Amino acid sequence: MAERGGRGSGHGSLDKSITLPPDEIFRNLENAKRFAIDIGGSLTKLAYYSTVQHKVARVRSFDHSGKDIDNEPLYEISVQEEITARLHFIKFENTYIETCLDFIKDHLVNTETKVIKATGGGAYKFKDLIEKKLGLKVDKEDVMTCLIKGCNFVLRNIPHEVFAYQKDSDTEFRFQTNHPNIFPYLLVNIGSGVSIVKVETEDKFEWIGGSSIGGGTFWGLGALLTKTKKFDELLQLASKGQHTNVDMLVKDVYGGAYQSLGLSGNLIASSFGKSTTADKEFSKEDMAKSLLHMISNDIGQLACLYAKLHNLDKIYFGGFFIRGHPVTMRTITYSINFFSKGEVQALFLRHEGYLGAIGAFLKGAEQDNPNQYSWGENYAGSSGLMSTSPDVYPMQRTRSGTFDMLEMDRLERPLVNLPLLKDPSTYIPDTVDLTDDAMARKYWLTCFEEALDGVAKRAAASQPDSLDAQERAEKFRQKYWNKLQTLRQQPFAYGTLTVRSLLDTREHCLNEFNFPDPYSKVKQKENGIALKCFQSVIESLDSLGWEERQFALVKGLLAGNVFDWGAKAVSDVLESEPQFGFEEAKSKLQERPWLEDSYSQWLERLKEGPPHKCALIFADNSGIDIILGVFPFVRELLSRGTEVILACNSGPALNDVTYSESLIVTERIAAMDPVIHSALRDEKLLLVQTGSSSPCLDLRYVGKVPLCGLCPTAAGWPKVWLWSIPATLHTGNCFCSPIRTCLVWIYRPVTLLRSYSFWPFFVAFCVQDTAGSGAGSVMADVRSCRWPKPPGIEASFHLI
Amino acid sequence: MGLSVVNTKHKPTHFWLLYTSTAVNKAPGSGGLESGGLLHNGSSVLLHFRDSLVTVESLEKTFPWFGMDIGGTLVKLVYFEPKDITAEEEQEEVENLKSIRKYLTSNTAYGKTGIRDVHLELKNLTMCGRKGNLHFIRFPSCAMHRFIQMGSEKNFSSLHTTLCATGGGAYKFEEDFRTMADLQLYKLDELDCLIQGLLYVDSVGFNGQPECYYFENPTDPEQCQKKPYCLDNPYPMLLVNIGSGVSILAVYSKDNYKRVTGSSLGGGTFLGLCCLLTGCETFEEALEMAAKGDSTNVDKLVKDIYGGDYERFGLQGSAVASSFGHMMSKEKRDSISKEDLARATLVTITNNIGSIARMCALNENIDKVVFVGNFLRINMISMKVLAYAMDYWSKGQLKALFLEHEGYFGAVGALLEMLKMTDDQ
Repeated sequence: MAERGGRGSGHGSLDKSITLPPDEIFRNLENAKRFAIDIGGSLTKLAYYSTVQHKVARVRSFDHSGKDIDNEPLYEISVQEEITARLHFIKFENTYIETCLDFIKDHLVNTETKVIKATGGGAYKFKDLIEKKLGLKVDKEDVMTCLIKGCNFVLRNIPHEVFAYQKDSDTEFRFQTNHPNIFPYLLVNIGSGVSIVKVETEDKFEWIGGSSIGGGTFWGLGALLTKTKKFDELLQLASKGQHTNVDMLVKDVYGGAYQSLGLSGNLIASSFGKSTTADKEFSKEDMAKSLLHMISNDIGQLACLYAKLHNLDKIYFGGFFIRGHPVTMRTITYSINFFSKGEVQALFLRHEGYLGAIGAFLKGAEQDNPNQYSWGENYAGSSGLMSTSPDVYPMQRTRSGTFDMLEMDRLERPLVNLPLLKDPSTYIPDTVDLTDDAMARKYWLTCFEEALDGVAKRAAASQPDSLDAQERAEKFRQKYWNKLQTLRQQPFAYGTLTVRSLLDTREHCLNEFNFPDPYSKVKQKENGIALKCFQSVIESLDSLGWEERQFALVKGLLAGNVFDWGAKAVSDVLESEPQFGFEEAKSKLQERPWLEDSYSQWLERLKEGPPHKCALIFADNSGIDIILGVFPFVRELLSRGTEVILACNSGPALNDVTYSESLIVTERIAAMDPVIHSALRDEKLLLVQTGSSSPCLDLRYVGKVPLCGLCPTAAGWPKVWLWSIPATLHTGNCFCSPIRTCLVWIYRPVTLLRSYSFWPFFVAFCVQDTAGSGAGSVMADVRSCRWPKPPGIEASFHLI
Repeated sequence: MGLSVVNTKHKPTHFWLLYTSTAVNKAPGSGGLESGGLLHNGSSVLLHFRDSLVTVESLEKTFPWFGMDIGGTLVKLVYFEPKDITAEEEQEEVENLKSIRKYLTSNTAYGKTGIRDVHLELKNLTMCGRKGNLHFIRFPSCAMHRFIQMGSEKNFSSLHTTLCATGGGAYKFEEDFRTMADLQLYKLDELDCLIQGLLYVDSVGFNGQPECYYFENPTDPEQCQKKPYCLDNPYPMLLVNIGSGVSILAVYSKDNYKRVTGSSLGGGTFLGLCCLLTGCETFEEALEMAAKGDSTNVDKLVKDIYGGDYERFGLQGSAVASSFGHMMSKEKRDSISKEDLARATLVTITNNIGSIARMCALNENIDKVVFVGNFLRINMISMKVLAYAMDYWSKGQLKALFLEHEGYFGAVGALLEMLKMTDDQ
């Protein structure tokens, strides 16, 4: 874990005594290339590119011709090595720079690298040292250009990069949903001075102003006034002071408020206005606080004036004055609120400290075209927000040293907003914000902790032939455990904490230790068993009357999803009597009316309306869910003349069916079922991949290629259903008109985590009807039915 | 008895009482107030009852004529000395009125801290039909209680006068005036007074010289020269009042203006920081030190960071990148002089005011920026810095204007308001 790397706590002269564990801090140096370094006043940020070799699970169909397929596994699973690209960013104090350079030199194998891109004020100072130690030529890049490049990169690639800071609310960090269009924005960089830059496009930005009153003024003037040398210590003094002892307030002049102008008596009329009397002593704390207010207010005021002049409402603040300091984020936020009268929001970036290094790196890596790819934050390898901040977690700093890391993996394909989304910036894929809800957070973190041993066991068991599987599983367990502990202290570490992000983090940790698909064998078995039942399920459905069948199909969808192989009890049932298990699940569904129930309207629609033109279905679980729940439903839609697109995850996540598994499963079903067979042949049934490897679906990040045909503006496409099982997809009004959404809402027990916990799932249809008026009400419904809910299986089928 | 009710343009939030009669029952909260009518022979009584101004017919304005602006740091007092006093008037002039006149006009300093700015005196002025000289006096706000005490000792309350005051202190010290000196203040809005005072002084001129001026060639230290400016068409103007703090107004006509914004980094900040950094005690001392200092020893310039101009952004190497930026280093802190610190403080505060004023001018689309307030008193450094900043950063689009009576307009406005109240009758 990153934070556990450096043990040095030294300040002052260059510290050479620390030892750097190679597997924790400067990882993958052996195939690192394209170095970049950003040396600021106190922190160094190093960036490089590496390729990571890791295992992936592949499935391949057997040639079944002439064999007894009953007793053979459905398909073959093999683990292959795959190479992916990774970006590494490491931040450490300048005191370690020599040690770090030595370390890099010792571990750097790649000899192709000749140049290191450098930016930041210290790049000049350390140029010779870098050239001597690394034998690389230092190639300097403009600070601001790097900063903006880096800023654009994180804004585009990292969800929840941006946050607003609210000290006095329960959630200090309010993460913002990324807007697909990040431009234009104002970047206010508060270093020793202040630079205000207007960014209009990827390459077009303009310095529109600045101020000499910045972090250097706070530091320099603060040091003179208080005899305190360090910036951090000055901030600490400030956080303990009372500025009203030093500042002249409106009430000191007026005796109260200046009412005709609506100025409150507590406003500062004149900073340091009370220190004009020479015969008085002022405390260090009070002066530091007064100085902090003076500078923050001034910067905020200027930023607002520039924002107004250029008609911009997004202002990102960065620079060492802001970096990880709640106290300055608070005063800047206050100032922006005051001067803009609430019209402009002060925004901050999670990876603000890395922008220069990222930008310099991108400048050097232009030939690799990093901007053409999508990059995802690797939660396993990244330290998270404020991992080294003494303000938040004083113990952390001493325990962990001061190394902070960000790792980003190149995604196999660019991820984009689902074109059907009406407004991606208001679409929220998660039901519960665990950053916000302390009780829910505690609950879920405990769930994940309690389930961790089981997950580690399953991971080890998935690779019985590997000698070090046990050891890696234990490392995985330790790493994820540490992540969970970090999240208990800093729930904001990776953006808004959600069940989805907890699951994603676990997937990242599993991958980190080469457990690409712990569920592969389980899924294989489950798919095999479910396929054996497919025909009898279809027969029994076909024997029903039309109306009864529609009901059975919907119940099948719900019941199929209620099944989870993670649940031990369910797996026992299934192994002995799969079909019985499925029937049992159906019978366990509560009677109608369900929690949200629009089944009657749905039925009405099927009876009265013309067949839907197309349905898009996001599949969830392997086995019973996809084979006995979804496929019969797909088959019915196909029989009605509706085209179906079945989208599955590209990469493995829990027991979700992957794209490659879905190909095999569909092929086998087609062999049994003429409807599916001819639909495949005539391309009425299309299998696509989502581009995602997450257990939860986020429609802001889906693969570009397979879904591009679904652009709602294209002629003939308004008649689309969207059927989404795995997603915590809940926003009723998230899709473009004229598409209407139908939510099917299932609570299923997640015994995997804890025997009595449960999990809301949402299923969405998009149907051809015109934009519904009820959309907003479903939003409200979903929100009002927040966790926790009474245990048990509940289902909702709600047509908006 | 002619009681008439007129609307007031002032905000109706205060309960104002103004009187010029010695015979009025002056006890605070006395029955006269509640009864809503106060009338005594030969006196003018103005009662402000929340939403309306109750005036009672009066005779001419009685002396002495004062206008007062009680700021956060300084009290500004203007006094009209009538020069056309008839022998008859001289006879009737009560003793303490005479003594006040003599005291104020024969001295240039009062007590330890009161000062008359003789060079600003406006001679042969006609106000309200009377000819006389207008005197400009200032003393620190912390001496306010001594001032009130003096008013009490001189039995000022017997002088039938209307004491018009503006500035925050008019509110803050209202109670003290009443209880300590038996005086009721007529409180006036400081921004109204500022604008009226400024327009008046500019219109009467400075003893035949223009009141308003600017700096020619502001970006060239060799050629930079003070030049008169004709403010006959002042609108729209951005009025930047630098007292302890800063208020910025956009003025579109005599009585159409808005407060655009304000800043807490003003004259009080300059002096406050200077006192802490250098141990100086007065504004004059601070400015003297600043005049001898060099701010580039304290501030980090663009060239200190980039070795020259930062061409990517068109920034000159000589521009300040970080005020007090050199002071992050201990060595530099240990070697710095008080004069350098005073100069840096002055330049930092001034440049910041310039930036904010410039941005406001751009946002409000105004090209005349008028700087007033006592921060600019004897402060050529700041005026030139402001003139430079307006010109340089706007590429000559903005003009910085200054006025000779920089800090006294509020007090003049208060005096005018008092006279106007009499005229209104």
